[in-house]
Amino acid sequence: MADKGPHQNYLGMWGWVWGGNYKLERYLYLLHRITGLGLLLFGLFHLTVTTIFRVQGEAIWSSTISFLDNPLFRVGEFLVVAAFSYHALNGLRLIIQELGFALGKPVPPIYPFTDAIRRKRAWTLVTLAAIMVLAVAFFIDFTVRGWG
Amino acid sequence: MNNDAVKKITFRVQRFDPEKDRKPHFQEFTVPVKRGTTVMEGLLYIKENLDSSLAFRTSCRMGVCGSCGMLINEYPHLACHTQVEEFHSDKLTLKPLPNMAIIKDLVPKLDTLFEHHKSVKPYIIREDKEEMEKPTAGYLQKPQQLDEYLQFTYCIKCGLCIAACPTSASDKAFLGPQALGQAYRYCADSRDEGQDFRYAIVEKDHAVWNCHFAAACSEACPKGVDPALGIQLLRKGVAAKALGIKKTAAPATLATPPALAKPKIDVPEFTVEPK
Repeated sequence: MADKGPHQNYLGMWGWVWGGNYKLERYLYLLHRITGLGLLLFGLFHLTVTTIFRVQGEAIWSSTISFLDNPLFRVGEFLVVAAFSYHALNGLRLIIQELGFALGKPVPPIYPFTDAIRRKRAWTLVTLAAIMVLAVAFFIDFTVRGWG
Repeated sequence: MNNDAVKKITFRVQRFDPEKDRKPHFQEFTVPVKRGTTVMEGLLYIKENLDSSLAFRTSCRMGVCGSCGMLINEYPHLACHTQVEEFHSDKLTLKPLPNMAIIKDLVPKLDTLFEHHKSVKPYIIREDKEEMEKPTAGYLQKPQQLDEYLQFTYCIKCGLCIAACPTSASDKAFLGPQALGQAYRYCADSRDEGQDFRYAIVEKDHAVWNCHFAAACSEACPKGVDPALGIQLLRKGVAAKALGIKKTAAPATLATPPALAKPKIDVPEFTVEPK
């Protein structure tokens, strides 16, 4: 028997992930959320390792460090610095633009319509370019020092 | 496509009848289309020829009333404003707008949108109440002052921006891009004196600070309103006021009533007697 009422159609947290057929900025939002959550998880993991394992004595600390010193965790470390670069620089762009700067003024809506964030996409692309440069620099640094 | 060529397109339509169904399901219809056929015309064909029980909203059929917003191939569109040919596909998937309840089939429940819209006081507020009740003349406004908010007056309240907004997806109490964009529209109007009332509403929880600037609302807007820009400019105003650095201009003054107005140049009297 149906409940005879309107059906709730909220996407919930899936609405953060579901980007539909939207353009670049919608996916930057998604990546900002993912990197933010990733950094939070890394922070918890890092604090756990550097507190709980450390206070248990030198032997446990040394074995933990030697366990973590492998290519998998080196790749993980690279992802952390790449995520940090993205989250920090994109966050800076968001702080500037979310306070109404670097967006321009309202314009009459004449077809084909454009919107402020896409008229100022150069800012976004400069930020992304800086993130890519940092990510490549970190990648070279990590590979020169070796993954393991 | 040749103007007269008829092509068969599959419309995959999400159905939900609150009297019968526990959850939505899909039903497919084959619809003949030609160049220029809109998705709305396809839906009307289904209703007239294939299944009269299909529910959807339509009124103006020219992108003005904002009734026919729906998800077409996972993107919010106005069905009357969208041609089938745009999708270069033999199959269209039609769903009701998300982030609001479904009344039936493709009909979303827009109550929350209108409640949020009303909550930001979307009208000119003046201290001279006598003039508002019994207007004697218009308020003076420069073209540059009009440009500050004109873009936001084109909102047709179709709800496409809310369907696109990731914050509205997970926060039912969020005022949403439509209402916040309209809050900016009236705050930016030089005739208005209600900025403090609206700032008090939008600086609370679930309002202007909850926007994460994905800007999908502006991308989806079928009228070029750019609610994301309105929200960021509103935020700028709220922040500036909190920091005590907001510039305030005197509200627009009344124009001289037409009966008392004198022409700027001398208009010559009739020199020839009218017959």
